[in-house]
Amino acid sequence: MSEHTISVRLENKPGALARVSQLFSRRGYNIQSLAVGPTERPDISRLTLRVDCSEHSLEQIEKQMHKLVNVLRVTELRPDEAFERELALITVAVTPDRRGDLLALAQVAGAAVADIGRDAIAFEIVGRPDEVDAFEELVRPYGVRELARTGRIGLRRPGAKSSNNNGSR
Amino acid sequence: MTRMLGSDAVLRALEHEGVEVVFGIPGGAILPTYDALARGTTIRHVLARHEQGAGHMAEGYARASGKVGVAIATSGPGATNLVTPIADAWMDSTPLVCITGQVRSNLIGTDAFQETDATGITMPIVKHSWLVQDVEELPGVLKAAFHVARTGRQGPVLVDIAKDVQEGELDFAYPADVDLPGWKPPRKVHVRQVREAARAIAASQRPIVYAGGGVLNGNASAELLELVEAVRLPAVVTLMGKGCLPDSHPLNYGPPGMHGSKYANWALNKADLLIAVGSRFDDRVTGKVSAFAPGAKVIHFDVDAAEVGKIRHAEIPVVGPLKLALAQLAAEVRGLESPGHEPWLRQLESWREQYPYRYRREDGLLKPQTVVEALRDLTAGRDDVLWTTGVGQHQMWAMQYLVCDRPRSFITSGGLGTMGYGLPAAIGAKAARPDATVVCIDGDGCFQMTCQELATAALERLPIVVVIVNNGWLGMVRQWQELFYDERYAQTHLTHQVPDYAQLAEAFGCAGFTVESEDDLERTLAAAFDAGRTAVVDARVDPKENCYPMVPAGAAAVDVIEAPEEEVPA
Repeated sequence: MSEHTISVRLENKPGALARVSQLFSRRGYNIQSLAVGPTERPDISRLTLRVDCSEHSLEQIEKQMHKLVNVLRVTELRPDEAFERELALITVAVTPDRRGDLLALAQVAGAAVADIGRDAIAFEIVGRPDEVDAFEELVRPYGVRELARTGRIGLRRPGAKSSNNNGSR
Repeated sequence: MTRMLGSDAVLRALEHEGVEVVFGIPGGAILPTYDALARGTTIRHVLARHEQGAGHMAEGYARASGKVGVAIATSGPGATNLVTPIADAWMDSTPLVCITGQVRSNLIGTDAFQETDATGITMPIVKHSWLVQDVEELPGVLKAAFHVARTGRQGPVLVDIAKDVQEGELDFAYPADVDLPGWKPPRKVHVRQVREAARAIAASQRPIVYAGGGVLNGNASAELLELVEAVRLPAVVTLMGKGCLPDSHPLNYGPPGMHGSKYANWALNKADLLIAVGSRFDDRVTGKVSAFAPGAKVIHFDVDAAEVGKIRHAEIPVVGPLKLALAQLAAEVRGLESPGHEPWLRQLESWREQYPYRYRREDGLLKPQTVVEALRDLTAGRDDVLWTTGVGQHQMWAMQYLVCDRPRSFITSGGLGTMGYGLPAAIGAKAARPDATVVCIDGDGCFQMTCQELATAALERLPIVVVIVNNGWLGMVRQWQELFYDERYAQTHLTHQVPDYAQLAEAFGCAGFTVESEDDLERTLAAAFDAGRTAVVDARVDPKENCYPMVPAGAAAVDVIEAPEEEVPA
């Protein structure tokens, strides 16, 4: 088993997302994260899926997805050929005496303050998914009150060499 | 451009697609389309008695003709009753366009009367589906629906049309092309892969072709025969593929799998090269996958890339239309030097002689296998016979004993295993091939699931013959209870007597026959064939007969249970 990021160009049509997610549940594949949104074209959406599966399952996922009429292109985003980002919003409980520590920590981690309250601070952080993970771990000891992550999105690096096996089918 | 109603546009689209006959039942949400039928069309409508029947009829039509079958139903229960045939068509790759009425657009999502989310319910079992809420979209959607159903790996699609769309007006023009940027089934075959396959065949000492339903769907029977004869390749043919290679051809070793012959299973087990053609390594064929063809390199031909490598790794994958691929392969293998594999063919032949299908005749008991053999003998030499079956023991005996030498002459429910498939499929097949002699071999349990379609057959004046292999039990389930559940026969006894099938047939306006002895068998079957109308034969057979050989589920195919030498008479 290993983790893979799959990028899907999908027709922006009713039910298209349901067909993809249905396929995953029907075939027993587990989605760790799924992010969907518009692309450079209004009639096309991009899905970024993170899955934990074997190479064999990954191949099956790509082939099965490619049979969906609304799916235009399925590409695996390999770590060396792609860049990925994620946004997280985290509300951390903090007593006034420890605010300074927390804010210093956030600054080092590159997180911004989104809102501040009497006994809590809300941060936003944008970064590579592992950077977001790291910040989450850093603030956990303070007491994470609420957390929302978008799930990763990614694209192929413009500078990536076109390999003969980039996972697209 | 012609100004017309959406309902008329549906029919004009079907006419453009060359549809001759549709199967369905009207209801509230599809009423405007039925009104359009009444206004006039070249299309014949067969009125089923249950939407499941309509769906299986459309399947039988599609399998017999090679064309897309069309079923029409209303919203809600009409649509849900179509779910089983849609799932069946999905599993067996039968091209089907199902058209359902939907409640008015402004009521969708409100739990309106007879509203159900038809596209949602069927999502996992269709190639694609459309909910049409804009009348302008109708021509393009129907064009796309037929295109998707029949191209690539065939299968079912659903078009759900809101009632107000059927009532709306549009300027109708049927599009010449489809606009489906995401639908790209393979049209070609990699020549390099075909060459590699040919070299593997030439180098093989113990090759075996494993042909399935994809050969029939791909209209590649002639090409398969050419390939098999080109280098004397032995073949096994699955249940779904039956008829894709003549059963009487000496290189055809028949069905492998759970109730296939011992020699077919051994052929797979001892092969050094497995040439899978339009077959998908179904568990009913492979048994325990790790013990399936353990010494074989695999070449896998399929139009669906997702089937290649799904269950078994293919050393040589060849994705593309089988007709093209097999023709190329036959040409390639002819050009190669090969030592041949005559010792292997002699081995297969000796296994075939050593391990034929067998059963024991007993005095006073009509054996189910005898019924199938009698049907086979009664139709021997005829090229107009088309068989359908239900699911269970009778289906397996039909698979074992019938001789089908032509493509599309054996129509059955394989993947889904839908009891009740046989009779409506026979009606659909007869609609597709009016001149054919259509015979449904059914089980008593199966027959009771869709027997209301006798009304359809009788009123359509279809002289089909239904032979009920009536053992009074849900026979295959009973067999499993006997073999694997310590003979605890929970809820499998139906009885021979209720209903009286001959009387039931008469009540529906069909001819009814009952036969209980071997002496009367031939005469009764002949009378049914000559009835000139829908005929039902209740063949009351030995209730305890089991279907052998049998590979238990999940066991290796070589660990076959054979028919006991001596059975205790019932």
